[in-house]
Amino acid sequence: MIPAIEVRAVNKSFGNVEIIRNLNLRVERGERHAVIGPNGAGKSTTFNLISGYLAPTSGDVLLNGEVVSGLPPFEINRRGLSRSFQLTNVFARMTVWDNVRCAVLWASGQRYAFWKSMDDLQGVNERTIRILEDIHLAARRDVIAGLLPYAEQRALEIGITVAGGSDVIILDEPTAGMSHAETERAMALIKRLTEERTLVIVEHDMNVVFGLADRISVLVYGEIIASGTPAEIRNNPRVKEAYLGQEAVDA
Amino acid sequence: MTELLSSAPISRVVPWPRLRFYAVWAMVAVVLAAFPSVFTSASSLTTFSLVGTAIIFALSYNILLGQTGLLSFGHAVYYGIGAFFAVHSMNLIPQYGLPVPLPFVPLIGGVAGLLLAILTGWISTRRAGTVFSMISLGIAELAVALALILTDFFGGEDGISTNRTKLPAWFGWHFGPQVQVYYLVAFWVFISALAMYALTRTPLGKICNAVRDNPERVQFVGYDPHVVRYLAFCFAGLFAGIAGALAAISFESANFTDLGWVKSGAVIFSTYIGGTSIFVGPIVGAIFFVYLSLSLSDYTSVWQLYFGLLFILVVRYAPGGIGGTLLMHRMPLRVGRLGGILKTYAIAAIPTLMLVAGFVLAVETIVHHTVNANEDPRIKAFGVSFDASSLVTWMIAVVLMLIGYFVGRLTWQGVTRAWDDARTIASERGIPS
Repeated sequence: MIPAIEVRAVNKSFGNVEIIRNLNLRVERGERHAVIGPNGAGKSTTFNLISGYLAPTSGDVLLNGEVVSGLPPFEINRRGLSRSFQLTNVFARMTVWDNVRCAVLWASGQRYAFWKSMDDLQGVNERTIRILEDIHLAARRDVIAGLLPYAEQRALEIGITVAGGSDVIILDEPTAGMSHAETERAMALIKRLTEERTLVIVEHDMNVVFGLADRISVLVYGEIIASGTPAEIRNNPRVKEAYLGQEAVDA
Repeated sequence: MTELLSSAPISRVVPWPRLRFYAVWAMVAVVLAAFPSVFTSASSLTTFSLVGTAIIFALSYNILLGQTGLLSFGHAVYYGIGAFFAVHSMNLIPQYGLPVPLPFVPLIGGVAGLLLAILTGWISTRRAGTVFSMISLGIAELAVALALILTDFFGGEDGISTNRTKLPAWFGWHFGPQVQVYYLVAFWVFISALAMYALTRTPLGKICNAVRDNPERVQFVGYDPHVVRYLAFCFAGLFAGIAGALAAISFESANFTDLGWVKSGAVIFSTYIGGTSIFVGPIVGAIFFVYLSLSLSDYTSVWQLYFGLLFILVVRYAPGGIGGTLLMHRMPLRVGRLGGILKTYAIAAIPTLMLVAGFVLAVETIVHHTVNANEDPRIKAFGVSFDASSLVTWMIAVVLMLIGYFVGRLTWQGVTRAWDDARTIASERGIPS
C-alpha cells in the first residue's frame, strides 16, 4: 500500500548548519502518527518540509506516492495535505465565519471566482456551519478572529486546518499553551475531526501522545532515532536514553 | 441547542443582506437621478463630476489598500492611462466616423487601465509590503518620464485636448450641457461602485481579505497569494481607468499630471482619510477631499499644509479614518454609553478649537511674513480679518494655543475615561468592541 506520507533521505541545512540529517519517515494511510523529541530537535522544520513551507536541501517528500518536495504550499494543499501552526495563524481581521469560509473555498472548487456571490454558495456555507459546530464556535461566528480568547483561537486554527477536507492533516503542537482541561477538550476534538484521515502530530504532552498515537517517531538532533508503536517506543533503550529519561519510562 | 445556533444564522446569512443590498442600491440610484433637480446650477453639477470621478478612483484604490493590503504609490498611472486613451478615442471616433457614442468611452479607458495592470501587475504583486510599494513608485516614475518623452501620445506638458460633443449623439444627447455629462458620470459611478461592492462579496473578494490579513496561511488553504494580489491589481487598474476616462470627459483634456505622483498621493489621502476598513470609507473620503480642496483653497494659500497636518492627525489618532471612526461608535451605542461619550467630545471640542484657531492664526501670520511680506499686513484668512504685523495677533495666537493645549489635554482624558468605561461594560457583557 502506498503510504500517505513518505520522507526519503531528506536533509535540510541553513547555511552550514544541518538542521535535518537523513530523515526517513513513513506514515501509513489512516494512521495517527506522533512526532516527539526534545526542543530544537527539528520537529517544526520537519513539518515545514512536509507541508512545502521549506524545500529540502536534498531528498524527497512524497504525498500519496507523488513527489511534492519543491512544490509551493498551495500546490501541496491542493493535493490533499493540510497543516496547522504552533503559533496561532488565523485571518485576524476577519470574522470566525469568514475564516472558516476561506478555508473551505478552494476545496469546494470555487478557485478565484469573482462572478459568484459568497452568500449563494450553499455548499460552502453549509460546510462552514458544520465545521463551526464541530469546533464549538457556532455561537462566536460573527466575532473578529483576532479578538477571540486563546483557546478559541486554537480551536479555530484546527477548524481552518480540517475545513478543506484534506486526507492528511498535520498538527504542530495543537495544545501548546493550553490548560489541562483545555488540552483534554482539544484532544477529544482532534480525535473526532481526524477520524478516517491520516494524522501527524507534534506534541509535548506525553499523556496525549501515548493516548492518541498509533505509531510514534522520535526525533533527536535532526534524526529519527526510533519509529514504532507506543509500546515499542516505551521500551526502546535508545529512546529511553536520549529522550524519555528513566523516570518517564518507569511512570 | 447546536441545531438552534446553526439554523438561525443560515436564514440570517441568505435573504436579509440580499434585501438590504437591493434597497440600498435602489436608494443610491434614486438619489443620483434626483440630484440635478435639487442642485440645478452648472457649477454644482461640475463639482459632482469631480466628486464622482474621485469616488471611483478612491474605491478602485481601496481594492488594493483596504481589501488586499497593498500600499501603491503609483495608482494614478492607471487613472492617467485611462484618461489618455479616452481623449484619443474621443478624437479618433469623429475623425473616422466610428459609431461609438460618448457613454462608451469610459469603457475604453477602463480596458486601457486593465491592460496596463495586466502587464505591470505580475511582477509588482509577486511580493506584498515594501517591495510592492517600491515597485509601484518605480513604475509611476517611469510613466511620468515616458509621458514627457512620448509627446505624440501624451502631448508633452500641454497634454491632449478634445471635444466631447463631436462624438455621435446618444439618443439625441451631445453632452454639451453639464446635466448630460452629469448623468453620464452618475451612471458610471453607480455601475462601478456596484461592481466593486459586489466584488467584495465574491470568493475572490474574501480571499483578498485573507491575503491582506495573512498571506502565509492563505497558501495552506490552497490559494496562491500572488495570483490573488494580481487579480486584485487588475481590477483596481480597470476601475482606475474608468475614473480617468470620466475625468477626461469632464475636462475634455488629459495631461501628464493625471498619472503623476500628486494624483497618486491624493488618492492615498482620500482613501485613507475616508477609512479603508469599510466599503463606504473611500466614498466619504473622496467627497471630503474634493470638497475640501475646492473650498479650502478659497480661504488660504497654504491649504496643502493643512491637508498634510490633517493626514498626520488622522493616521495618528483616528487610523480607521472617518468611516472607521464612526463605525467604532456602534459599541458605546449598544452599551448605552454613546450619549456620555458625545458629551465628553463636546467639552473637548472647545479647547481643541482654541488650539486649532491659535495654530491657524500663527500659520497665516508666518505665511504673510515669509511669502507675502510686501503686501498689506491686514490679511484675511478663513473670513477673519486681522493685522499680521501686530504684536497682539501673535499674543492671541500663543495664548489660544497654550490654553487650548493644556485644557485640551485634560478634556481628552475625559474622553479616554468615557471610552474605557464603555469598553469595560462591553467586555462584561461579551459585546465585541
